[in-house]
Amino acid sequence: MRKRINIRISGLGGQGAVTSAHVLATAVYKEGRHAISNPFFGAEKRMAPAESYVRISDQKIYDRGEIVYPDIIMLYHPQVYTMGKCYTMPFYSGLKKGGLVIINTDHPLLNEEDIQRLEELEARLLYIDATQIAVDIAGTELASNMAMVGALVGATKIVAMDSLDKALQDRFGKKYVASGGTATLDEAIKKKFAKKEQLLAKNLQTIQKGYEISSAWVETFKTPMLV
Amino acid sequence: MAGNNNRSIGAVNKKGQKIVEPEYLFFEAPRQEFFMTGSEIVKEAIRRASVDISVAYPITPQSEAAALVGELWTEGYVGDYFRGENEFAVMSQCAGASFGGARVFTTTSGPGTLRAFENFPMWSGARLPILINVMVRGVNSPLNIQPDTLEMAFLLDTGMLIWHAETAQELFDMLLKGFIVAEQPDVHLPIAVCIDGFFVSHTKEMVSLTGTDICLPHYDPYRSPVPCMDMEAPPMRMMRDPFVMKSNYISYATHASWQQEVRGAVERARKYSVRYLGGMIEEENSDADILIVSSGTAVAQGREAVRLLAEEGIKVGIVRIKSIRPFPTEELRQATKNARLIFVPEFNVSGWMAREIKSTIDRNHRVIAGPHVAGGMTMPPEIIAEEIKKVMHLRKKELVHG
Repeated sequence: MRKRINIRISGLGGQGAVTSAHVLATAVYKEGRHAISNPFFGAEKRMAPAESYVRISDQKIYDRGEIVYPDIIMLYHPQVYTMGKCYTMPFYSGLKKGGLVIINTDHPLLNEEDIQRLEELEARLLYIDATQIAVDIAGTELASNMAMVGALVGATKIVAMDSLDKALQDRFGKKYVASGGTATLDEAIKKKFAKKEQLLAKNLQTIQKGYEISSAWVETFKTPMLV
Repeated sequence: MAGNNNRSIGAVNKKGQKIVEPEYLFFEAPRQEFFMTGSEIVKEAIRRASVDISVAYPITPQSEAAALVGELWTEGYVGDYFRGENEFAVMSQCAGASFGGARVFTTTSGPGTLRAFENFPMWSGARLPILINVMVRGVNSPLNIQPDTLEMAFLLDTGMLIWHAETAQELFDMLLKGFIVAEQPDVHLPIAVCIDGFFVSHTKEMVSLTGTDICLPHYDPYRSPVPCMDMEAPPMRMMRDPFVMKSNYISYATHASWQQEVRGAVERARKYSVRYLGGMIEEENSDADILIVSSGTAVAQGREAVRLLAEEGIKVGIVRIKSIRPFPTEELRQATKNARLIFVPEFNVSGWMAREIKSTIDRNHRVIAGPHVAGGMTMPPEIIAEEIKKVMHLRKKELVHG
C-alpha cells in the first residue's frame, strides 16, 4: 500500500458524502494512525454536487482542501457522471496511476472512451449497487454512503471493521450538533429506526455487505491494490 | 504572569469549572486527544473561556461554530447568547456588551466581515477587547463560499490584533490566548483570530485539549485603560460629540494622537504574543537557500511541497507567520537574511502577504509573490513545488542584482 492514500468522494448533497468521509477518517484515527477529512460544497442544496476528501497516512498530514491527485475516487451517484455533478471533468481528472474507482450504480455506467482512459491509467473499476444494498438492509437509501465505505474498506483493507464500528458509534451514538441541513438529515435518518442501537446495527450491516462484495471482487486480481 | 490580579483564581464557577491561571491552562494543564472539526474546536475553546456574551449571525462557513456556541449557552457555559439582525448589528451589539464590561466572543466570514466592517476600527478606537473568530471566505462577486484570505488584508489597518491559525489545534490555543493578550491593560484591543474556512472549520483532525473542568479567569473591566462608558472622556466623548465634526486644530490633534495610541497599543501586544504564541513566527530549516514564508493553511500546503522537493534533493525551509498584527518585522528580517529565494504562497488574488513581506525585508527582489490561488481554489503542494523549480531554473540563468 502507498504511504499516503488520497480519497476523493463525489456525491450529491444529502447523500452523506461528508458524513462518510468523517466516519472513515475517525476510524483511521481510532487506530492511532494519521487521517484528515474535509468537505467541499457550494451554496447549493440537495442533489447538487458535494465532495469530500480523506487523506490517510502513517506520517503526519499537513495537506488539506480539495484532492487534485487522488489514489481512490468514489462516485456516490450515477448523476455525478451522467450530469457532470462533480468539481472536476472528467471525474477521474488527476487520478494517479494504478488507482481505484468505485461507482454506485445498478448498471455499467461508463462509456467506452472513459473505460479506455481508466485502463490507460491502470485503474481498477468496481460498480456496486450501493443504493439497493442500503434499501435492502437498512430500509433507506440514506445508508448508501455506508455501503460505499464498506466497499472501499473491503477493496483496500485500509482500516479494520472494528474501527469503523467505533467511528460509527462516535458519529451516531451520541448527541451531535451540526449545521441546520445536517441536523435535518440526522433527524430523518433517526426516524427510520425505532432505536439508536438499531440505526447503528443496520448501518454496520450495510457496511459489511459492501465490504463482502468488494472483498470478493479483489480476490479476482492477481496483484495487490494500490501498489 | 501577565499581570493577572484576578482574585477568583481557585474559585469554582456554576458549571463546576475551577478558575485557573491562564499560564497553567495554556502550558501546564494535562491534555487529552480528540478527533474533531474546527467548528467543534471553537465550542471547546469557548467552553473554557469564561465568555460573558456571544452574538451570532449565520453565514457559511462559520454558521456551525456560531450554532455550537449557542449550544454552550444552553448548557450554561456562556453568560448570554443571541442572534443579531445582521453582521453590522452583531458587531455593534458586541461593542455595547464590551463597553458594559463583558468578555465578548463572536464569529463571522467573508461578506459578513465586510458588512460589519465599520465596527472593527470603532472597536479598536474604543479599546474594546472583543475576540472575533474570522473564518475567511471568498468575497463577492462572483458569489463564493470557499476559503480565501482577502478579507484579512482589509483588516490589516483597523488597529485590531490579527492572528492566523494553521490547524484546529492552533485555533483552540489562539482562541484562549487571544482573550488574555487582548485584555492586557497596555493593549486592550480587539483581536481577530483568523482561520481558513473549510480547510480548518470543516476539517476533522487530531487535537489535544485541556480538561473541561478548568477555565480562564473572568475579564476584569476595571483593568481597562479607558474609563468604562464615561460620556465625558475619550473615546466616548469623541463619539458622542465628535471633535472632528468641528473643523479646528484640536479636533485633528485629538483624532491623530488617539489613533497613534491605538497603533502603540498594537505594538505593546508584541511581548505578549511572543510569550503566549512561543514567538511571532515558526521556523523550520530557515537556513535553507530557498524559503516558503506565509501564514495559515498556505503554509500547510507548503510543508507538503517541502517533502516533495526533498525527494528530489531540493532543500526548502519554512517560516510561518502566526501574528500578522503586530507584524513580526525583526523576526522576518533575521529568518530570511540568508535566503536567496522567498516564496509566498497565498489563498487570495492580491498577494497581500507578499506585499507585507516585501515592505519589511531588504533585497526584496528575493520575494516571489506566489503561487496564489483564489476564490476557494485548492493549492495542491505539487503546484508550489513546480513554481519553486521553475523560478530556481530561471534565476540560475539570469543575473540578479543585489
